[in-house]
Amino acid sequence: MSLIRCKDLKLEYEKNVVLKGIDFEVSSGDYLCVVGENGSGKSTLMKAILGLIQPAGGTIEFGDGLHRNEIGYLPQQTAVQKNFPATVREVVMSGCLNRRGLRPFYSSHDKEEAYKNMKLLDIDLHAGESYRGLSGGQQQRVLLARALCATSKLLLLDEPVTGLDPIVTREMYSVIADLNKKNGITVIMISHDIEAAAEYASHILHLHNYQLFFGSKEDYVRSNAGRQFLGQDITDEIPRGDFYG
Amino acid sequence: MADIMQMFSYPFMVRALIAGTFISLCSALLGVSLVLKRYSMIGDGLSHVGFGALAVAMALGAAPLKFAIPVVIIAAFFLLRISENSTIKGDSAIAIISTSALAIGIISVSLSTGMNTDVYNYLFGSILAMSDSDVILSVILSAIVIILFVFFYTKIFTITFDENFARATGIRAGIYNMLIAVLTAVTIVLGMRMIGALLISALIIFPSLSSMRVCKSFKAVVLCSAVISVICLFAGVCASYIWAAPTGASVVIANLTAFIAFSVAGRIRM
Ligand SMILES: Nc1ncnc2c1ncn2[C@@H]1O[C@H](COP(=O)(O)OP(=O)(O)OP(=O)(O)O)[C@@H](O)[C@H]1O
Ligand SMILES: [Mg+2]
Repeated sequence: MSLIRCKDLKLEYEKNVVLKGIDFEVSSGDYLCVVGENGSGKSTLMKAILGLIQPAGGTIEFGDGLHRNEIGYLPQQTAVQKNFPATVREVVMSGCLNRRGLRPFYSSHDKEEAYKNMKLLDIDLHAGESYRGLSGGQQQRVLLARALCATSKLLLLDEPVTGLDPIVTREMYSVIADLNKKNGITVIMISHDIEAAAEYASHILHLHNYQLFFGSKEDYVRSNAGRQFLGQDITDEIPRGDFYG
Repeated sequence: MADIMQMFSYPFMVRALIAGTFISLCSALLGVSLVLKRYSMIGDGLSHVGFGALAVAMALGAAPLKFAIPVVIIAAFFLLRISENSTIKGDSAIAIISTSALAIGIISVSLSTGMNTDVYNYLFGSILAMSDSDVILSVILSAIVIILFVFFYTKIFTITFDENFARATGIRAGIYNMLIAVLTAVTIVLGMRMIGALLISALIIFPSLSSMRVCKSFKAVVLCSAVISVICLFAGVCASYIWAAPTGASVVIANLTAFIAFSVAGRIRM
């Protein structure tokens, strides 16, 4: 059984169909990149997986013993108000909340977990500082640390590198790749950075209000959808070897 | 100084301060979450509904607080639904409900007793006229509000900071929003007895706004608001005793003074 399986999924906002005919599955250990133009329904699909919106048709099944409270999520834009008083530590700790159940306070194990993730993302020195005072890239790391606290199984990342400089972007990608390879965390990531998707992902889902492509990365770069998106000539039938060099 | 010593020798003063301390703590704690979730309007709307309910209760000869608390809780439920549902314009809907409740209250008052001291007290507060049973009810309910707030503190932080993340990771944000609304409803009705329907939202909003000027962490903001709120209560009650000013209004002025002081302090530290 796969970790997540979507069958003939249809999603809409107040009767406006955003996505239909979505069929794909994600197995444990996969690194799925969701690509597509602006407004193609990527974030909407992610919200449906998270249960924030209900499918208008079709099903989303969780397998491999995955529970709703074992998912880590990095939203596309966190609408946190500019002057929200919270320290980095408070924000990261809040990721531990989903496994507390009704128990009121964080345990020392939660605190260690939060500290470990802050260290991993190199923000442990900022733990006591206020979140609103950090740079965009640092805030993004804080939110990734929070997402990591929430899961050891599945991370859903909605454009995690928007607004980051090229160096930090590289670092962010390698952190995510490490989490996937070394810690065995399944990753579903929305990205406009198709080159990075082709470099790190194991699978690609290409959306255009319907499913343009789903399959392994290797198949994607050979497919028409993929080659068009990668800016290659579709009439060129022979796969261009230089992409993977 | 002697005036203040003398003040504490009156049992009704001591009762007022005990009940007031508890209510101030509740409103300060909840205020942080309400302000940050941009629910301040709900607090204001509920105070009008509360006044309407109290007026109807007096007209019917029912016990005012015991009648008003459930009515305001139900109103809180509706207001929350309205503000969550983005298709209706939230703030105009709140205005409709609160002004209608006020109108119903005014009509019940004029049809029954007329504008007597009781009505006046619910509009402008009457901390010194609180009866023993009012004080006991206030202390018990406030204690419950405070205990629930502390128990659910981590959840309240998380849904206040980022409700979508909370929902996405399996936290039932709707239930906790409801909890905040119910606790707010209880606090507002109790606060109305003390500070008055027209002024109670000040008690909810001011302490958290003041502490947000200087504190960096959520926890510090919560603790600081609680302290500010209680200190302003004592300052306001003492001032009203010394200068024979209305108590509710004096407490609000004390909060305004604190707000200005914290704003200046925040500016200087920046
Ligand atoms: N809350 C909403 N209510 C109504 N329509 C919405 C809502 N959110 C998104 N939409 C619509 O759904 C469509 C898909 O939006 P979605 O956010 O999923 O796109 P996306 O692929 O994530 O785009 P981007 O790359 O810009 O993030 C858009 O046409 C958008 O207008
Ligand atoms: Mg998006």
